[in-house]
Amino acid sequence: MTNKDEVIVCRCADVKLSEIQELIKDGCTTLDEIKRLSRACMGQCQGKTCRNLIMQELSKAHSIPIEAIKPSRFRPPVVTISLGSLAEEDNHEK
Amino acid sequence: MKNKASVVIVGGGITGVAIAYELIKRGVKDIIVLEKNTLSSGATGRCGAGVRQQWGTEMNLKLSIGSVKRFETLQEELEYPHDIEFSQTGYFMPAYTEKQVEQFKKNITLQRKFGLHVEWLEPSDCRKVVPIIDLKGLMAATYYDKDGHLNPFHTTQAYAMACRRKGVDIELFTELIGIKTEHDSIKAAITSKGVIECDSIVNAAGGWSQIVGNMAGVSIPTYSERHQILITEPIEPLFRPMVMSFYHNFYTQQEPNGAIIMGIGDPNEPKEINVDSTYLFLQKMASVVTTVLPPLKHARVVRQWAGMYNMSPDKTPIIGKTQIKGFYLACGFSGHGFMISPMTSTLIAQMMTNEPLAIPEIETKLDLGRFERGELFVEPSVV
Ligand SMILES: Cc1cc2nc3c(=O)[nH]c(=O)nc-3n(C[C@H](O)[C@H](O)[C@H](O)COP(=O)(O)OP(=O)(O)OC[C@H]3O[C@@H](n4cnc5c(N)ncnc54)[C@H](O)[C@@H]3O)c2cc1C
Ligand code: FES
Repeated sequence: MTNKDEVIVCRCADVKLSEIQELIKDGCTTLDEIKRLSRACMGQCQGKTCRNLIMQELSKAHSIPIEAIKPSRFRPPVVTISLGSLAEEDNHEK
Repeated sequence: MKNKASVVIVGGGITGVAIAYELIKRGVKDIIVLEKNTLSSGATGRCGAGVRQQWGTEMNLKLSIGSVKRFETLQEELEYPHDIEFSQTGYFMPAYTEKQVEQFKKNITLQRKFGLHVEWLEPSDCRKVVPIIDLKGLMAATYYDKDGHLNPFHTTQAYAMACRRKGVDIELFTELIGIKTEHDSIKAAITSKGVIECDSIVNAAGGWSQIVGNMAGVSIPTYSERHQILITEPIEPLFRPMVMSFYHNFYTQQEPNGAIIMGIGDPNEPKEINVDSTYLFLQKMASVVTTVLPPLKHARVVRQWAGMYNMSPDKTPIIGKTQIKGFYLACGFSGHGFMISPMTSTLIAQMMTNEPLAIPEIETKLDLGRFERGELFVEPSVV
């Protein structure tokens, strides 16, 4: 199984390597653009697993060092929390 | 970057790129779009991306109906190789007070005059459309199945790619820092990467529109207001339409992949540029949404973020000319600029190329001058 199309870059959001490469071809130069268009890095782990792989692709495609690529932001909450528990907290505070 | 252009558009959100597209489609050459960050980095990339036609005035009905017509065929028109994910899963708008019921009745009469088959739902019908809604306090609802949503990143990217193919220069990471005028006419755009001589500048700067206005000496009464939003993990399909309650001031929708997005307005939000997210929002949002749609208490929040509404004093967009020749405004969208962007961009392009306007009355109803004349626009159906 060395078919490039089958390589999954982001397991949480199910994004293939070929999709990332296509977006780079379409003109994306930053991780943020790729994240928004592909939903990679937007899964449960928020990119802890996939973002380095994508940064490597960007670095290769644009011949820039990986340190020059701005990592995307981690959005709160850092761990998932249910709406039910949040609502309870709100009711307690009232 | 070129140092000459016919038109410089400030802002790489949906409004800016759509205007560039409508202009080049009409044969205007030498267009440059300036974006200080990346495409969709402003409100566009942070928005709920809902598209509704259930409005309460002729103006907003015309803007939104015309835009939905364009969205239906936009992907083909722009020859976009990916999916802009336009889907018409409807908007469900519940009423909780007598006053809202009265208003919705008036709205629906007007909406039907415009050919929209909006449905009137008694409480007993509501669960057919939103099976998980709690009926407590619910007095009626309206539902229109041709409202919907689309993917804001892909829609912006689709316009941008079509623009680039046709020859528009989109300059990312390039900030407009000043505007040169002479005898009340636009002369040049001063950017962080050099000066561009030009005849026209379009202010499509979203939450920063008032700052760009000042650069040309035009005072725009818009201000920015933070709005927060969250998304949950994907769960089993529970409801299809966007649920939007004016009473609770929130909206929520389950996306095709099962994740649920939701946002709620905060009446105490200060007027300032701010995109921080807060824990308080999570609690407030959760408390309201689980009251109206109780099964959502099991959904788990994965991410939250915030964006800015660019508010105008009457919560209605400012689309039009200014006292400076060649300086155009497309701003103050007050939280619904995404859904009308096809019409906004068409109107600005028509204005700039002296074509007859698709909605002629915008010249006197949505212009900047209305605030000075004291002719505020009144739309009863905004959150
Ligand atoms: C949480 C939230 C939910 C929303 N939900 C909906 C919805 O469901 N439906 C809907 O229709 N609308 C919704 N909106 C509103 C919608 O997002 C906006 O009205 C719309 O995206 C405005 O697009 P724009 O292109 O005019 O502005 P923006 O997308 O904000 O773009 C302006 C751009 O200008 C750039 N810029 C600013 N100043 C300069 C400068 N000096 N030089 C260069 N570039 C500059 C910014 O970086 C920015 O990218 C929502 C907004 C928020 C915040
Ligand atoms: S692997 Fe991409 S978000 Fe988790």
